[in-house]
Amino acid sequence: MLKGGRLAISYVPIALVLLLVAAPVVALLSSWGSVDVELWSHLWRTQLPELITNTLLLMLGVSLGVLVFGVSTAWLTSVCDFPGRRWLSWALVLPMAMPAYVLAFVVLGITDFGSPLQQFIATQFPGVHLDLRHPVAVMLVLSLVFYPYVFLLARTAFRYQGITSIQAARTLGKGPWKAFFSVVLPMARPAIAAGLALALMETLADFGAVSVFNYQTFTTAIYKSWSSFYSLSTATQLASLLLLLVAVLLLLERFNRSGRFAENSAHLQRFQLAGAVKWLASLWCFAIFFFAFLLPLVQLVVWAWDEFALLRDPRFVGFIVNTVKLGVMAMLVAVVFATLSQLANFYNRSKWLSYLQVFASLGYALPGSVMAVGMMIVAAQIDSLLARHFLMGSPFVLIVAYLARFYAVANGPIETAMSKIKPSLLESARVLGVSEGQQFRRVVLPLLSPGVYVAALMVLVDVMKEMPATLLLRPFGWDTLAIKIFELTSEGEWQQAAVPALILVLISILPVIYLLNKTAKTN
Amino acid sequence: MKKMLTWLAFVAATISLVGCEQPTKEADVLTVYTARKEQLVKPLFDRFTAETGIEVRYITDSAGPLLARIEAEGENTPADVFITVDAGHLWHAAQSGVLAPINSDILSANVPANLRDPNNLWFGLSQRARTMVYNTDTVSPEELSSYEALAGEAWNDRLCLRTSQKVYNQSLVATMIEADGEQVTQEVVAGWVNNLAQDPFSNDTQAMQAVAAGACDVTIVNTYYFGRLQVSNPELPLALFWANQGDDQRGIHVNISGAGVLKYAPNPELAQQLIEWLSQPEAQYLFAEINQEFPVNASVERSAQVSSWGDFKTDQVNLSVAGERQAQAMKLMDEAGYR
Repeated sequence: MLKGGRLAISYVPIALVLLLVAAPVVALLSSWGSVDVELWSHLWRTQLPELITNTLLLMLGVSLGVLVFGVSTAWLTSVCDFPGRRWLSWALVLPMAMPAYVLAFVVLGITDFGSPLQQFIATQFPGVHLDLRHPVAVMLVLSLVFYPYVFLLARTAFRYQGITSIQAARTLGKGPWKAFFSVVLPMARPAIAAGLALALMETLADFGAVSVFNYQTFTTAIYKSWSSFYSLSTATQLASLLLLLVAVLLLLERFNRSGRFAENSAHLQRFQLAGAVKWLASLWCFAIFFFAFLLPLVQLVVWAWDEFALLRDPRFVGFIVNTVKLGVMAMLVAVVFATLSQLANFYNRSKWLSYLQVFASLGYALPGSVMAVGMMIVAAQIDSLLARHFLMGSPFVLIVAYLARFYAVANGPIETAMSKIKPSLLESARVLGVSEGQQFRRVVLPLLSPGVYVAALMVLVDVMKEMPATLLLRPFGWDTLAIKIFELTSEGEWQQAAVPALILVLISILPVIYLLNKTAKTN
Repeated sequence: MKKMLTWLAFVAATISLVGCEQPTKEADVLTVYTARKEQLVKPLFDRFTAETGIEVRYITDSAGPLLARIEAEGENTPADVFITVDAGHLWHAAQSGVLAPINSDILSANVPANLRDPNNLWFGLSQRARTMVYNTDTVSPEELSSYEALAGEAWNDRLCLRTSQKVYNQSLVATMIEADGEQVTQEVVAGWVNNLAQDPFSNDTQAMQAVAAGACDVTIVNTYYFGRLQVSNPELPLALFWANQGDDQRGIHVNISGAGVLKYAPNPELAQQLIEWLSQPEAQYLFAEINQEFPVNASVERSAQVSSWGDFKTDQVNLSVAGERQAQAMKLMDEAGYR
């Protein structure tokens, strides 16, 4: 319990903003006013069991995928040494810049019936058709774009604890594998779980990538209720059920944390991998980078090649500027707010605040446009109370919508970093006569900053590629690259869509490199 | 100190937000919410502005979210015109009571009665024809006749379809229910599903590529997708077939891209002016040609490529049926296991 008078951040404003962030979720819950029983029973009879199974399978597959990809690469790049480690350790973050829907249409584009690959197969093995529209392919695609969440969080954890603990374990006679699984992994579990939670919420919210594969999940039923049955209320009711599942998951994750604290090892000496293992490590990391980023990037360039005339449209500069502007604004707001709310939580230890934070995180698991509609309903209500067009169509609503959607993303890394600050650490500082302001600057901030940078990076990249909320709530003339991608793909212009997609990916690389440098320095 | 930081941060964040430009509110600006995407409407709006001096601003999105926005904004909406790419959403907008009727001799003359709302709440501006595309190596056109016939045994394991999630297929089945009745349509859709050689595709182009690759023999697509593929890959062994052309048959299914004026439009006269302008020959040619669709105005000639596909008759049913029976069609497809 730390109750320094001046240090205690008043948590009332924090709680108020958290409520605002949770407003769309509340708006959705209010949809239960009237239930279309006939539609519900139709959905239940014809598809819901199958869709729920599909969704759970997908979650299982993506969990497995992001854990294997994320944890292995994080461990290798942060604690071991092998050829190419240096550049791979930032390159492996880049797949984050690849929107899931873009990777999905690239993968199908490379393998669909009209592709050169398919034509090659047809000439070599007549009658054989390769069809990647398979559940495993969907799982792989989503794992390849979402593993960076686990990678980034796990890496921060490994860096802080890694080698000392494993060395200790090995001195006690455990083999390297055993040491990894019995010591290192459990210690990094909160970080890994936080990354996994983000990846799974993205998976639940995803509609773009799964619909490219025509893999039908729970979100399919949500969109079907809305656009085919014209029942927005049934759609939001379904969406709120999805939230229930996520709330349970998040609370489980919370109870599971068991208050482990990592050691801070200042001098990190890496494991030198030997011979073949060294090259296997390189190959593994490179393969993931290759399939998640390099290959799709090359394919995008190939498609975009004939379409660069699009760039002659002078407005393209504006699209880029808008994308960056919205991304940076939302990033600042989200990161500042998440940091404050975590600090308030840290100093006040209020149970209510921490439940409110879970509640405010739920928006991340909602399909984007359902979430956006929730936000819009709230904004329009306020507007009609004011009897004028005030919030709707202003950038403010859009930024709040981003905050509502990506609060979980900002919160995860910061909360994980926060969990590393032992109350005992502050107490010893206090015993040593360090003033509270100095405690904050010398102890809390340095321990927090890697998490803050990771949060900033993830929110920025996520906002820049965000589509549904931007579409619905953007002010006139605020078109972004993601909107161009939507406009072109929804008319089936895949090749042209490669141009904005390529630019989006390329500009997302810059913050990745910049912020990673920052994290490296603070380490 | 930290309390100060808290507030500083809040102030900084707020300033960065308030610093953004507020939406402009001008009386003579026409505001359009459009599900027809920018690349297909902007050239027309530009020309409209050049001819009339009326500025047009627009937001693009899917029709569902745009309609939700119109309803949420209610009387405060800045939108004057709502444009969609299917009849279903126009029907739904009309049902939701957000559209205002337009009584215009120009529109009555330019838009055929089956392509506009019986109460003049919305008007079709281009026709999107949905018909068959077959592999010219494996199918002779004599084998083909109607959408319904694709459910027959002759097509077992030879059919490819786009997913039932797409509104174009829902509209097709909705109008089929109107023509053939629910019972027959149910059997047809079940037959289609039974005849599928591949899982349903997420778009028309993929389905055509599968036909061209020989993974199946025939599919049902919107003609403009075929037109684009014909331009980019002229060597593919694909051809169009106009379905249901027999004397006793109803003709091919068309959907529309169309528009209506909103009930709470700030500038209803300008809104009507835009829609009327879009129905006139000059705009009609551009509106259709830009995406290889068919004009609704019968006096307008078709683009060279589109007319090369030959003449056909179209289903004359009023397209509000597509909206009215959409839920029924979706249920029917769900029950048949058409994913």
